[in-house]
Amino acid sequence: MSTALNVSLTVNGERVSRRVEARRHLVDFLRLDLGLMGTRTGCEHGICGSCTVRVDGRIVRGCLVLAVSLDGAVVETIEGVSDRGEIRDLQEQFIARNACQCGYCTPGMLMTAADLLRDNPRPTRAQIREHLSGNYCRCTGYHAIVDAVEAAAAGRNARAGP
Amino acid sequence: MKAPPFSYVRAASIADLFAKWEASGPDARLLAGGQSLLASLAFRLSEPSTLIDVTRVPELGGIAAVGGRVRVGALTTHAELGGNELVRQQVPLLAEAVPLIAHPAIRNRGTVGGSLAYADPAAELPACCVALDAMILARSASAERRIPAAQFFTGPYMTALGEKELIAAVEFPAREQQERSAILELARRTGDYAMAGVVARAQLEGSVLADTRLVLFGVGEAPIMAHAAAAIVTGRPVTGETIGRAQAALDTDLNPPADQHGSSEMKRHLARVLLGRALRRLCGVEEARAA
Repeated sequence: MSTALNVSLTVNGERVSRRVEARRHLVDFLRLDLGLMGTRTGCEHGICGSCTVRVDGRIVRGCLVLAVSLDGAVVETIEGVSDRGEIRDLQEQFIARNACQCGYCTPGMLMTAADLLRDNPRPTRAQIREHLSGNYCRCTGYHAIVDAVEAAAAGRNARAGP
Repeated sequence: MKAPPFSYVRAASIADLFAKWEASGPDARLLAGGQSLLASLAFRLSEPSTLIDVTRVPELGGIAAVGGRVRVGALTTHAELGGNELVRQQVPLLAEAVPLIAHPAIRNRGTVGGSLAYADPAAELPACCVALDAMILARSASAERRIPAAQFFTGPYMTALGEKELIAAVEFPAREQQERSAILELARRTGDYAMAGVVARAQLEGSVLADTRLVLFGVGEAPIMAHAAAAIVTGRPVTGETIGRAQAALDTDLNPPADQHGSSEMKRHLARVLLGRALRRLCGVEEARAA
């Protein structure tokens, strides 16, 4: 019995069609089928947040979504938002404040931080911590990460004016 | 770990769903948001032959006012529930509960129906449904029935759903003018399942609580109605003294099993603390302090 199916979706603005095993989750699809290695495979059961990507504009756990279920969906990964400059300021602040450390959790952190700032341009530190609470950093550099998100938000607000 | 192999089919309508379910083997499972199911497959806790994706079945979605009640389709995500204006106005307890459920990325995908069908004893929405006297709308290939939430959760991860029966929607009574509600929980980290939680709902008539429903979660095998505690606070002004007696009455209502979070006595303690806070919240903090 074959359990592979065809799926067609948009990934970072490009239409892609592949035949995938039903059990393949979105992160493995991105990494192994499309070669997009920016999204990390962490715990693979929805705890760590390192596989955070966007599906139809909202962040999701890539390990808790089946690739075959995404026929027609629009997926954006760290490569997509990075290449088009959407999160350049966040990335610069992560570098300036050494918020990456080992870097493993960073793509997921950036995707989640970008999601927060889109809906809430002036988050408090508590709100930043709340929104990032599902993304684990095992270097435990949380203070620097919160600092970086806070600084990026302040920068956007300064550019936007009062 | 990776999930074991399985077949995948997608249902296009409710009729198509039941046809595919009927044609599948006995161990086929429905896939909604997948936020619990796909994690359990990764752990290989179960090996279904087939997953039937129900997320594109239009009959299972949507939020609507239906004659004094708010009908929430099973496929409503936690994020949609928390952001919905009708829910915020008519069933504000649900909107208050949503930020306590897991994390943003999971709330964007996990569904109301999935959470209720999974019936984790520490989950927020089952307790909310019991406290709000919600009605679960269950559907099989041949019939529909309405199951009161208080009778729906029969044990840990167990519900009153029959074989090849699913949750189509949940109906919540719209809040009454005098209605007050609160949900509080304690978790070691934001977004974790609660070590203990409480949902309180009552009509506040002057300074007196009426029709009080107190539901504890994370301290038993299913959401637990605290009848003894509710009887103490109903029909009289809530004072520090009555709160203390209600907290003591939880010893009658609860017999929490010890778990990874702590002993039975620790969970009793957490439940008492949360109940006190919830009752003060229902009555307004100032009144409780003055008492």
